[in-house]
Amino acid sequence: MPTAQETIEELATQDYKYGFVTDVEEDRIAPGLSEDVVRLISEKKNEPEWLLEWRLKAYRLWVDMTEPEWHNLDISPIDYQNTIYYSAPKKTAKLNSLDEVDPEVRATFDKLGIPLEEQKILSGVAVDAVFDSVSVGTTFKHKLAELGIIFGSFSEAVQEHPDLVRQYLGSVVPASDNFYAALNSAVFSDGSFAYIPKGVRCPMELSTYFRINAAQTGQFERTLLIADEGATVSYLEGCTAPQRDENQLHAAVVELVALDSATIKYSTVQNWYPGDKDGKGGIYNFVTKRGRAMQNAKVTWTQVETGSAITWKYPSCILQGDNSVGEFYSVAVTNNHQQADTGTKMIHLGKNTTSTIVSKGISAGYGQNTYRGQVRIGKNAKNARNYSQCDSLLIGDQCGAHTFPYLEVRNTSSQVEHEASTSKIGEDQIFYCRQRGLSTEDAVNMIVNGFCKEVFRELPMEFAVEAQKLLGVSLEGSVG
Amino acid sequence: MLTVKNLHARIGDREILKGVNLSVNAGEIHAIMGPNGSGKSTLACVLAGREEYEVTDGTVTYDGKDLLEMEPEERAREGLFLAFQYPVEIPGVNNAYLLKAGLNEIRKHRGESELDAMEFMTLVKERMKVLDIDTGLLNRPVNEGFSGGEKKRNEIFQMVVLEPKLAIMDETDSGLDIDALKVVSRGVNTLRSPDRATIVVTHYQRLLNYIVPDFVHVLSDGRIVKSGGKELALELEAKGYGWIDSDTPAQVGA
Repeated sequence: MPTAQETIEELATQDYKYGFVTDVEEDRIAPGLSEDVVRLISEKKNEPEWLLEWRLKAYRLWVDMTEPEWHNLDISPIDYQNTIYYSAPKKTAKLNSLDEVDPEVRATFDKLGIPLEEQKILSGVAVDAVFDSVSVGTTFKHKLAELGIIFGSFSEAVQEHPDLVRQYLGSVVPASDNFYAALNSAVFSDGSFAYIPKGVRCPMELSTYFRINAAQTGQFERTLLIADEGATVSYLEGCTAPQRDENQLHAAVVELVALDSATIKYSTVQNWYPGDKDGKGGIYNFVTKRGRAMQNAKVTWTQVETGSAITWKYPSCILQGDNSVGEFYSVAVTNNHQQADTGTKMIHLGKNTTSTIVSKGISAGYGQNTYRGQVRIGKNAKNARNYSQCDSLLIGDQCGAHTFPYLEVRNTSSQVEHEASTSKIGEDQIFYCRQRGLSTEDAVNMIVNGFCKEVFRELPMEFAVEAQKLLGVSLEGSVG
Repeated sequence: MLTVKNLHARIGDREILKGVNLSVNAGEIHAIMGPNGSGKSTLACVLAGREEYEVTDGTVTYDGKDLLEMEPEERAREGLFLAFQYPVEIPGVNNAYLLKAGLNEIRKHRGESELDAMEFMTLVKERMKVLDIDTGLLNRPVNEGFSGGEKKRNEIFQMVVLEPKLAIMDETDSGLDIDALKVVSRGVNTLRSPDRATIVVTHYQRLLNYIVPDFVHVLSDGRIVKSGGKELALELEAKGYGWIDSDTPAQVGA
């Protein structure tokens, strides 16, 4: 029988289940990045001139930018000229129905548990699946269209709803925002787009599933979500990638626009390949996610980050309108040699704006987990309130947890609270559970689950289950 | 039910148990008393299977099985319960949830069906009434923010729900007021039956006014140096542990 320590280590070093590679013929361009590559991507996607110009402007900005270095991460140099910026399964040009999706690609998504076949979907989740650089199918599209909801790939939206895209693209995360956002703006290949019309409550969870398949390929998807006045939507995002020895780059941008009285909830379960036990391979995940909340609007980010070799990610809220609300609930797990520098920014501009931050970092193995959060309260943000809570859980004695909260308050009527804690799963806690009849594994699961509870209960049901499975955690019963 | 023979155990380099002999039959209540540092809590922990303690010699037979070969959770599932001296806090884990999980593991082990949430709550509420414990305790995280008295009450509550064959109470009375002591004694007396046994580890005689033991053992320097009936506890109370130390070593070596 294993000891508590062994079981913890075993849980922390579980094999990556999604590391398989799909054998499909890919349309890919040569590695390297230049204005020509940007033009080529735009051309392949048959984009309007304004979008090409937008990309080129971003590219020119990027060329003069340098990678940020303020993070608490140890990143081996990335050769941006040795990365492929466009790779797509062939025969994607004219997809009229899901039946035309390459069977290999569909098999991949089936394997991942992403049902593309509408008739099989009982869960009421509309899924857009992004395979390498392109979106390969959107379920429930027609049903949503009856309510005026637009949901599909970003490329389609560019063709079919250019005005909406043009109005909001870059309005929350401008290309100049940071190095990776500029890179994404220049070369993004696809992603998801959703628009919920005024007063409409989206009747199902919208979901995007991202999959990196091709070797040596970067994935640069772009998601734009617009909830018009009084609209409500909940959006789920999941990610996996094959197991490869080299590091792969993922630099995404997500922009959320919540107009007056709109509500957007954006949930992520990020399970990119984290690299092997010795820290070889894995995804470099550099993501810029931000939402803008207008008057009485609410933007909620929930994330469960278990994958990637490196995670650099700060889903943020600009609380522009009066009475707007921003929330961030996060569980970030690092084990083996994974590194995460993640957190949020809450930028209070409007009056009576409130934000809540709950961050749970779990470090195991040699994992390094950093919470970095910024709460900025502007001088006009009268009576703004923020509550932040950062808890770290350490498993074993080789890992690390770090917390960097930045607070900037420019008026006297606001309230900002910050709480932080660091704890270790103790042999005492495990023994206590075992003395009540639980196995060591169940005990560890229960303790980790308890630690993450405040975040898990914010997740949509389907995701809560997946998230708990991902952490090797069994679902708590209905008692209490 | 339980036979401990020549049990030696140490933590690190320090030998704490130096040859404990003890025999407990079903239906009996045994009190183990002794001064601080005599090894009382070590004995309780070794019986429950704490890994920090290394057993260097001796045997422990429980219900005909080699107890020392069993993992802590197997011992629990076989009906051995330890009421902890210092119950640990587990933030975020619901008290009732842990108890339900434990109870169902034990039931599964016995080949009984698992209780669903409704059945569990019915059982729990009934037991809480017997002990006169506030049901608010159920929905709080395990021991988090509990007062010392609440933690001990929670241990007894768990014991009464899990219905162990052999309950070991490790200084459950320390730091308790009279009301809490009554809860503890009610718990033990509720479980009293010809099929079960209880070992009460205590420093003071006080608890034994409420839980009347069949046997009292005095542990000193890692050995049981004196055994007797309940009157031994009173004698200890009157004379102090010094009486044992000066009086008995000669006969122990034999």
